[in-house]
Amino acid sequence: MSTYAQKKGFGATVWDYLTTVDHKKIAILYLIAGGLFFVLGGLEAMFIRIQLAVPNNDFVSAGLYNEILTMHGTTMIFLAAMPLLFAFMNAIMPLQIGARDVAFPFVNALGFWLFFFGGIFLNLSWFLGGAPDAGWTSYASLSMASEGHGIDFYALGLQISGAGTLMGGINFLVTIINMRAPGMTYMRMPLFTWSTFVASALILFAFPPLTVGLFLLIFDRMFGSNFFDVANGGNTVIWEHLFWIFGHPEVYILVLPAFGIFSEIFATFSRKRLFGYSSMVFATVLIGFLGFMVWAHHMFTTGLGPIANAIFAVATMAIAVPTGIKIFNWLFTMWGGSIKFTTPMLYAVAFIPSFVGGGVTGVMLASAAADYQYHDSYFVVAHFHYVIVGGVVFGLLAATHFYWPKMFGTMLNETLGKITFWLFLIGFHLTFFIQHFLGLMGMPRRIFTFLPNQGLDAGNLISTVGAFFMAIATLILLYNIVVTSVKNEKVGNDPWEDGRTLEWAIPSPPPFYNFKQLPLVRGLDPLWIEKMEGKKTMTPAEPLGDIHMPNNSFTPFMISLGLFVAAFGALYREDYHWGVMVLIAGLGITLLSMFVRSVKDDHGFHIHKEDLLNDDDKGGKA
Amino acid sequence: MASEQTHSGNPKVDIEYRKKKSAEEMRYQIVSFSMMIFLTLVAFIAVGYGDFSAWFIVPFILLLAIVQVVFQLYYFMHMSHKGHEAPALFLYSGLLVGLITILTFMTIIWW
Repeated sequence: MSTYAQKKGFGATVWDYLTTVDHKKIAILYLIAGGLFFVLGGLEAMFIRIQLAVPNNDFVSAGLYNEILTMHGTTMIFLAAMPLLFAFMNAIMPLQIGARDVAFPFVNALGFWLFFFGGIFLNLSWFLGGAPDAGWTSYASLSMASEGHGIDFYALGLQISGAGTLMGGINFLVTIINMRAPGMTYMRMPLFTWSTFVASALILFAFPPLTVGLFLLIFDRMFGSNFFDVANGGNTVIWEHLFWIFGHPEVYILVLPAFGIFSEIFATFSRKRLFGYSSMVFATVLIGFLGFMVWAHHMFTTGLGPIANAIFAVATMAIAVPTGIKIFNWLFTMWGGSIKFTTPMLYAVAFIPSFVGGGVTGVMLASAAADYQYHDSYFVVAHFHYVIVGGVVFGLLAATHFYWPKMFGTMLNETLGKITFWLFLIGFHLTFFIQHFLGLMGMPRRIFTFLPNQGLDAGNLISTVGAFFMAIATLILLYNIVVTSVKNEKVGNDPWEDGRTLEWAIPSPPPFYNFKQLPLVRGLDPLWIEKMEGKKTMTPAEPLGDIHMPNNSFTPFMISLGLFVAAFGALYREDYHWGVMVLIAGLGITLLSMFVRSVKDDHGFHIHKEDLLNDDDKGGKA
Repeated sequence: MASEQTHSGNPKVDIEYRKKKSAEEMRYQIVSFSMMIFLTLVAFIAVGYGDFSAWFIVPFILLLAIVQVVFQLYYFMHMSHKGHEAPALFLYSGLLVGLITILTFMTIIWW
């Protein structure tokens, strides 16, 4: 009997998760924290829709409405969508390339705790004098004029969680470059791994501009500098550029992993290899590359001049080409396949027309001359919700159903899953389709109320009804998760029966060392190749031997906690005399923790060959 | 890379070849190091001489700086060796993104 599988008490489990460096447990932490913020962001969305349900509504005041819409956007992008994607990247990507963990398990944990404390810090603003209220873009001309500490919470919170995201991205890059199993060449990597790779590269290049922009904002607001103060020679347009140099690639950071998830789902449930694999890889890389050339299309009405507008308009339209390549490849993957309409497959199929809808309005917005009409109207709101909900959220929901058995060892209920899907799909189109027309009829975005009898009443009411459909769908999903966890019916290696890639060759959930012996990869979709030759498992690429594993550590939590404390110090430095002391104490905790990490030797431990031999019932064979 | 693991015990390692390689590597390093000192002196002279206009000095010094970075990366950090394709790809991609940003800022913010 193995010595590893012991029943643990509640306290021990909490401590285990606080100190874990295991990519699968960090994935679960990302899933829980991201899910929590997703529910928060969803609540804020419901408040927005309730306020706009009828004209002249006074459900919330104008000032509070600004805070709610700002926090809805910020929470959904930074604290829900990205961490949920990170959850699946962490859980699945190392398994897909046949690795035992990510390259830097300690840094992985540090990245999670930085994101978590940054997110908590940002949301504490609700209780400490008001949330940020300058929109998720926080344009400097607005944010510099915002009173109270809301914007300070925004700048400091995103700075901390952004550092965590950057670490996560670099970690995934190094993992994919260095830790692929024998035979896993770049052109044999599953599409989800490829899209993780490209999205991580985008994180690497896109987050530094945001960091710079946020530091300028922090210095301006808290330490008396004048980067954005026009009266002192500053320039607020610099913030817009820095924000969108980050912000546009951010869209692709979100949507590319969703593309990857859908590519896996289409191939699995069509029981065919992905059509045009190499062109899919090419299109993914090209979208990532072009993503950096187009940021100024968010600023057409800023007055960049006709030449700049024309260049950025054409560059933006060019992105439709690789995206189109992908859409056709997914369609051709299904063509002639033996299709099974499971819940993930339903999301994948519904994603195609929904996302194309967002893409078409994207090309409309990209033509600079027409953009002067659409700019800052509900048309834009409809467009980006079609892209982000129809692309990213559908992808996340599909991945939740698809990868749930691999992460937790149980299958989510398919009937409830399909009910969730239909409610969510109907609710989504009901909410956002009508908003295109609200925008074209002249409803500006970010307004807290509207007058009756201007042609906006019916559309807004329909939109609100749709939002309730999505809320009910989310509640059913949560109910599904609870029921499934309580029943706790364990499943085998390959619960969908058509798994193609390495993660389906090992138990669900995988043992903490993932692969007892690293697998030999003989081509694209390695497990499918073995299945076609009548085998059930992968061929090992190495003899059974000791496995080196990292030790758990509490240091990542402490490093992040220090920055969390320091952020309060920076925030209250000018209000209270203790501010500076808290700032210094917080940075002290962080630096001391880093020092301890540097001087203390931690060589990890080995799982010995003998223990692995006795561990047969747990599988984990390559 | 070339200088590591001369005592690995691996019979395939050709000590003679390794020594020759290391010597060659050393020669490159010394040559590029003296070049770098020379370029630094040239940069100081360009400024200190006093007769050149700023329109000559600034681009000239920037050019020298680029040469120095290339020396640093390729000869001291071994980017010229095999196995550095991924770092090179990411360095150049980052450089491209940075240069586009600078170009845009120069043309449409501070025009």
